[in-house]
Amino acid sequence: MPAAIVAEGLSKRYRIGELQASYGTLRESITRGVKHLAGREHYHHRQEIWALDDVSFAVDEGEVLGVIGRNGAGKSTLLRVLTRITSPTRGRAEIRGRVGSLLEVGTGFHPELTGRENIYLNGSILGMKRREIRGRLDEIVEFSGIETFLDTPVKRYSSGMYVRLAFSVAAHLEPQILLVDEVLAVGDAEFQRRCLGRMEDFSLSGRTVLFVSHNMQAITQLCDRAILLEGGRVALDGPSQRVVARYLQEHAGTGSERSWPELADAPGDAQVRLRSVRVVDEDGDVVESADIRQPVGIELAFSVLTEGPPIVPKVKLVDEQGQVAFNAIDTDARWHEPTAPGDYTATAWIPGNLLSEGLTLVDVAIVELGTVRFHHHAGVAEAVSFHVQDPGEGDSARGLFLGQWKGVVRPLLSWDTERD
Amino acid sequence: MTETELHEPSARPGAAPPAEEVAGPAPVFVIRPAARWPHLDISELWHYRELLGTFVWRDVVVRYKQTFLGVAWALLVPVFTAVIYVVIFGRFAKFPSGNLPYPILVFSGLLPMQYFTSALTGSSTSLIQNINLVTKVYFPRVLLPLSAAMVPIVDFVLGLSVLLVMMFWYETWPNGLALLLAPAFIGLAFVTALGIGFFLSAVNVRYRDVPYVIPVFMSVLPFVSGVPYAVAEIPEHWQWILSLNPMTSVISGWRWAVLGANAPVPGQVAVGVAVAVVLFLGGLAFFRSSEPRFADTI
Repeated sequence: MPAAIVAEGLSKRYRIGELQASYGTLRESITRGVKHLAGREHYHHRQEIWALDDVSFAVDEGEVLGVIGRNGAGKSTLLRVLTRITSPTRGRAEIRGRVGSLLEVGTGFHPELTGRENIYLNGSILGMKRREIRGRLDEIVEFSGIETFLDTPVKRYSSGMYVRLAFSVAAHLEPQILLVDEVLAVGDAEFQRRCLGRMEDFSLSGRTVLFVSHNMQAITQLCDRAILLEGGRVALDGPSQRVVARYLQEHAGTGSERSWPELADAPGDAQVRLRSVRVVDEDGDVVESADIRQPVGIELAFSVLTEGPPIVPKVKLVDEQGQVAFNAIDTDARWHEPTAPGDYTATAWIPGNLLSEGLTLVDVAIVELGTVRFHHHAGVAEAVSFHVQDPGEGDSARGLFLGQWKGVVRPLLSWDTERD
Repeated sequence: MTETELHEPSARPGAAPPAEEVAGPAPVFVIRPAARWPHLDISELWHYRELLGTFVWRDVVVRYKQTFLGVAWALLVPVFTAVIYVVIFGRFAKFPSGNLPYPILVFSGLLPMQYFTSALTGSSTSLIQNINLVTKVYFPRVLLPLSAAMVPIVDFVLGLSVLLVMMFWYETWPNGLALLLAPAFIGLAFVTALGIGFFLSAVNVRYRDVPYVIPVFMSVLPFVSGVPYAVAEIPEHWQWILSLNPMTSVISGWRWAVLGANAPVPGQVAVGVAVAVVLFLGGLAFFRSSEPRFADTI
């Protein structure tokens, strides 16, 4: 399959001055020039940053590539370079096919013009021919649901109507390659769901999409592959679940595995010491990302040094917002007795269809349980983390719904429905 | 688009591409660092011709929306200005009017002058007026000053109706075939305004001083372009100095072609045209060379 987008060593340099004071007055420039000539001031605005630094990747035709990264990592700059809004300082890129770009919805909307006039204006700015717009006008209007206000100036629209109209023009673009930025960040949940649905239609029709977003759920659902940008460089390029998981873990400062090779440094006390904690799949391999439908294991390895009061391994799962999903201990009778000295590995299996999507942080501990209180022998907060992702294939709790789905847990319930 | 259309390509991989893609191979864009002196890509401009039309249409429509008198302003402004000129320079100062009645001399000069002022001001501020487009979507930026210089042609054409009425009133008629050259002189105003507009709009991206500077020059310009007097009536060495200003040729040429005024000196017109061409090419080159940085500095 031919590549639709090939980027080779794309780099973009900004002078800090250009970023900070986006424009100056002639006077400032002149006084700066004079001071410079007089040797009184150095060009401190000459400081440079590389917003993009040697970025290379390829996107195959029909592929949906996600681009993630923190603010300032270079995502927007990459998109601006690929859409030819600004040119790179070094490197090159080749784009094969008719390109449509959406850096915001409603680019160029004019408040004095009517809804109908703005459809023509916006469509034309986004690269549609007038003939195409005329042909799709009815669909655009119907999709937006603003028929009644079509001949009202958009300055009298509510912000919701405005966004709906703007989005429905964008949704009727038919480029072969679509470059999209954070468009989904605006609007309500219903609107975001429609955006996602439209993007999915678009990718199913075999067109190429490059999608920049902070919405990790959208990235894992829509994209086969993702790249992670850090400081203008490609830090990771791979399957979107893995890249998203890595990004979230880095953000949280934890990984999927942690070990303490030196017993003396390991968390614990004279009775028990933790040796390692790992997030594993059913094959026992360490994973960063787990399919919501599959079980995932938290594996604790620990050494019991002396036989003391009865102890038991415990895990606590916390979501990204810090809400506790649940605590769990092993209730097996063996833990009612003192544990003999030796090395142990205990794995807590979290069934599929239990956790919600997103990053899950795991606190682990070896505790001594009374009836109403317990005592930590060895405990590590946020020892490991993993990302739960839902491919949205219809057999998970969210069915085919792609929008926001709240809840700390997301069990797949069995429903009985009878007709009375 | 319908659902079937949407899912067709994935349902039949390897099937014939949709009709609109059959026309030719997929276009390939190569993105690379900006050339130091980029050439003007005429074929690209042709590709974007509809957008140029859209920009002109937008500005014309917006201009008259929500104004109480609407289109009437296109007539009222030059008429008011002409009345002031006639009273002050015609009655009191008795400026020379050559072979034309003074009111029509002034009005016929004001029309191209006001076109020039609007075109120059509009194109100079076109980039910052459209800042949201410049930072969010690609198109040849040349379209912005270009469309801004085309928009005031509408006012100009509307103003012609007043000129026509005055021509009947004063019984002044075009100079036969010279009338065919009338559009060429307006074209000269267009080229000059656009050339300066290219330059100033690019400067304006960086320095927002431009909108303050333009009115100063615009208040002087009518007097060094022969709006309130007939250029042929002033000392000849002054005529040559004024010919460095292309608007002098525009106005004397326009009066000659449309009203049968004394013909401008061909050599002076040639100087005006040469200056206009230099301004246009220089402005365009400056614009194109700063274009890659517009989105970063605006």
